[in-house]
Amino acid sequence: MKNPPEHFAPLARLLHWSMAFLLIAMLFIGAGMVASVSARHEWLLNLHKPLGIALLVLVILRLFVRFSTQQPPLPSDLPAIQALAAKLSHWLLYGLMLAMPLVGWAMLSAAGDPIMLTSSIRLPSILAADPHSFAFLRKAHFYLAYLLFLTVLVHLAAALFHGLIRRDGVLESMARGDQD
Amino acid sequence: MPDISPPPLSPASVVLRLGAIAVVVVVVAGAFAYVNGMLDPTRLTPKALVDVLQVDNGVHPGFRRNHAKGVCVAGYFESTDQARAYSTAEVFSEARTPIVGRFALPTGNPYSPDTAAPIRSFAVRFTQANGEQWRTGMNAMPVFPVGTPEAFYQLLQAGSPDPATGKPNPASVPKFFAAHPEAVPFLTWVKTAKPSASYATETYNSINAFFLVDAKGERHAVRWSVVPQSTNGVSMPTTETGDFLEKDLDQKLAAAPLRWDLKFTLAEAGDPTNDATKAWPADRHTITAGTLVLQSSQPQMDGDCRDINYDPLVLPSGIQGSDDPLLAARSAAYATSYLRRTSEVDQLKTAHADQEPRP
Repeated sequence: MKNPPEHFAPLARLLHWSMAFLLIAMLFIGAGMVASVSARHEWLLNLHKPLGIALLVLVILRLFVRFSTQQPPLPSDLPAIQALAAKLSHWLLYGLMLAMPLVGWAMLSAAGDPIMLTSSIRLPSILAADPHSFAFLRKAHFYLAYLLFLTVLVHLAAALFHGLIRRDGVLESMARGDQD
Repeated sequence: MPDISPPPLSPASVVLRLGAIAVVVVVVAGAFAYVNGMLDPTRLTPKALVDVLQVDNGVHPGFRRNHAKGVCVAGYFESTDQARAYSTAEVFSEARTPIVGRFALPTGNPYSPDTAAPIRSFAVRFTQANGEQWRTGMNAMPVFPVGTPEAFYQLLQAGSPDPATGKPNPASVPKFFAAHPEAVPFLTWVKTAKPSASYATETYNSINAFFLVDAKGERHAVRWSVVPQSTNGVSMPTTETGDFLEKDLDQKLAAAPLRWDLKFTLAEAGDPTNDATKAWPADRHTITAGTLVLQSSQPQMDGDCRDINYDPLVLPSGIQGSDDPLLAARSAAYATSYLRRTSEVDQLKTAHADQEPRP
């Protein structure tokens, strides 16, 4: 019988780090564009939409990888409450990563807006135009974005806690491969 | 598995490392707050622009925060072949494209009398067969009073009620204009402008510049106007007071469809694309891209135009925004107004009953 791996699979690590970069960029793009009336508003918005769809594709791919590869186990001496927090926060992250682009897409659909990823690539609407749906989804996009940002901050702090304080190999399991 | 526990950290080292983690978290959160404008109360945001409109006009739940009083119209656009060499947009190659439009008064109060401003506005959404859209908000004036969102914000602030008297200080707006010489072309025009008796006689202008993009990817700077065929743009001043524009429109549409020519003015080298306060020389080449034909109208309370945000940067492939700073500001502020009014849409049902028209 094979021992459980000490590190995440290479594809899982590639997806984690590329999505980490894109996701944090995305949160900053969103926060910047809604607070601007300058040309920055426009070019950030034009980045936000294709990047959101890219992240949707990546998170779906990532969920497949998550279920088809073996995860390194959490350290056996991790207190039960921390292990539970780790599990729940990861599923919250997956849920939000999946929900955010879908809510954004549905929100533009509800506004009756054409969903333009570039000046000529358009995605279909996924929801009928309706002011109630739009107002609800637009607010959901806002609150979920803050929840996602907070979850990312907690995730970052927890990763550093594992790496700097506990030094239990959890940070390394995502940072490095099995060979080293 | 290397289950060898690392050597324990000294208490000082634990504190130091926890501090380092805290610093990382605070720096990331701080950068986010900075980008979001939370650390800079003076930054002009879409929220600030819409808030000052609400200060000046009051809050009228469910209505647009500006151009609040209006009427929905529907019809189609019939293209000629003249714009096809300049733009690949399908609206110019298809014979017909359906449109949903809205005529309005450029005030923030849905109960303004139709004489409240000597300007009318016309917004149009073209829905192309390929699903792309072109939205435009045009005004029956040749130029905009100011060229930047910051100056527009200051102009709105100058019209805000003085907290002491509850009324705008009559000296504030003249003082603003004295400090803004770029407003002279607008002020010169507005001195002679009179509220028109009809939406149907007005010429509506994009005012901001855009680019038409041809099949080779070359960009042609343009502004556009829609010119009424019936009067060729000769406006008749009204002798009425109160609400007459919607009634006039309904009567005219009941008799026959209304037609406007869509004309593009092509810029020449040196014509400003980033300054809506400056008209381009009158001798510039124009082309007639087609005709807007309006067949019907609907009250805005439940008409098809109600839930459309006429964001001037919703553009099809083949038309692009210019470097005019007002365009991004309009787009950003309209989005904020749109969220506020769609959140309040149910309150429109009771709006008419509760509110007496104001003089």
